Amino acid sequence: MRVRVGYSNKLLPYILVAPQIVVTVIFFLWPASQALYQSVQRQDPFGLRTRFVGLENFQTIFEDPGYLHSLQVTAVFSLSVAALALGLALLLAVSADRVIRGATAYKTLLIWPYAVAPAVAGVLWMFLFNPTIGSVAFALKAMGHDWNHLLDGGQAMVLVVLAATWKQISYNFIFFLAGLQAIPKSLIEAAAIDGAGRNRRFWTIILPLLSPTAFFLLVVNIVYAFFDTFGIIHSVTSGGPARATEILVYKVYYDAFEALDLGGSAAQSVILMVIVITLTVVQFRWIERRVHY
Amino acid sequence: MIEKKGVGMWLTHLVLILGIATVAFPIYVTFVASSLTLSEVLDAPMTLVPGSHLIENYSTALFSGTQMNATPVAGMLFNSLVMALVIAVGKIAISLLSAFAVVYFRFPFRMVFFWMIFITLMLPVEVRILPTFKVVSDLGMLNSYAGLTVPLIASATATFLFRQFFMTIPDELVEATKIDGAGPMRFFRDVLIPLSRTNIAALFVILFIYGWNQYLWPLLITTDNAMDTIVIGIKRMLAAGDDQIEWPVVMATSMLAMIPPVFVVVAMQRWFVKGLVDSEK
Repeated sequence: MRVRVGYSNKLLPYILVAPQIVVTVIFFLWPASQALYQSVQRQDPFGLRTRFVGLENFQTIFEDPGYLHSLQVTAVFSLSVAALALGLALLLAVSADRVIRGATAYKTLLIWPYAVAPAVAGVLWMFLFNPTIGSVAFALKAMGHDWNHLLDGGQAMVLVVLAATWKQISYNFIFFLAGLQAIPKSLIEAAAIDGAGRNRRFWTIILPLLSPTAFFLLVVNIVYAFFDTFGIIHSVTSGGPARATEILVYKVYYDAFEALDLGGSAAQSVILMVIVITLTVVQFRWIERRVHY
Repeated sequence: MIEKKGVGMWLTHLVLILGIATVAFPIYVTFVASSLTLSEVLDAPMTLVPGSHLIENYSTALFSGTQMNATPVAGMLFNSLVMALVIAVGKIAISLLSAFAVVYFRFPFRMVFFWMIFITLMLPVEVRILPTFKVVSDLGMLNSYAGLTVPLIASATATFLFRQFFMTIPDELVEATKIDGAGPMRFFRDVLIPLSRTNIAALFVILFIYGWNQYLWPLLITTDNAMDTIVIGIKRMLAAGDDQIEWPVVMATSMLAMIPPVFVVVAMQRWFVKGLVDSEK
């Protein structure tokens, strides 16, 4: 990192970084190291003694069908959310990029769900799909589909995927639109002069130029589905029915605060940490420099 | 450009209008439900025409809450506002200071500090739930505004953003202020902060929403209903047990929970988009 024309003050820089560093050490680094430490410890049932158990907690986790199931649920959930949210946002962004009249109005009307809290988004969709009073559930019933996400795991999954997607579309839309607007119009016009139709232009010019943005968004969406959707799961399904929507983050929370399994929860935290670190590294190393805004 | 007319254009508008309708539908239904009586909501299929109990439901929510969870939403709104403002202002303030130190001073451990801040990017609350909870409880910060806000105030993203921006400021500016006899803090206050105004505005929008929408953190560290944020309050209202959920009041509360952050996004749209794009760089 370049040091520029600067100041040579002995004490001042430390005072300036102090607030950030104090908060970071107390609330980030120390708890993270505790999670690492506890992940190799096991507490007896009365919480009196803890002993070192090495990687036993991790072994237990990976042999636990509940955990493997939760991994699977997380994969299905985050891939569905990412695919749906990316696809729909791309469709809307391409359309919004095409129109001239009313472009700003369309944009404004599409971006605000970003501001809605995940938990509130969950409540809105839960209300629509409420088996006894929800408008959508009623319409589905009228069409012959019996809807009850309180009993049917698959339907519960559909519901949380819908709520999570609904909230994420606006984010993806903003980035896709910025990406589209950065594509030089001359390229597209040149292709049109060469006789490429609208679809051809989209698949051979626009989409390849947009792929860095899409790849970046894919990572962001997966991070979102992994970590930021806790509010949706907690408020809509509480991981149920029969753990059908128990994503990893919900399980860490549940095992720590409801099942009180310290070592197991800490080991799960460590696994999540590894996932975040991997995703962050991917984002920084392979994506950052290639994204065109 | 090309092909701005014809059937394709109508199709494009249709896609957009359908998209907007789908996005808006849940909010519209929520709004309608917040204007009906409970029996009207329960009478499936619920009408999609707004009713006449709007003011009644909102004032019930604001000043008395649901019967089961008798906590007025006005207090929750206040808690959410405190949380969002303290987090946004706090993150911006401490990030400005540390970015200033890292860019304009040469001191031992500079890079160590920089990497310590960087690592926080990889440690969201979700991966260190229990130990962080324990730290906060050991410090006696449960059920307090300090507990709700301080642990979330460290920010790698904001620090990077300001660092990036400070590095684009020409050296001549620093030299000029030095010749004029200004010390580092004077330079910070009278040159850097005013120049960072748009960045601060953009970050503020993003961070305000971030703070307002927090869920897991307040869920963990508040047990006292008086400390509930509005997002948590909605969840508590839904846990009615065997009693009938008071949907109109819950839906009014949901509307109240959405209005402030949506207002901030729409009113500050330009900064919002800038903040979103910048903070992901």
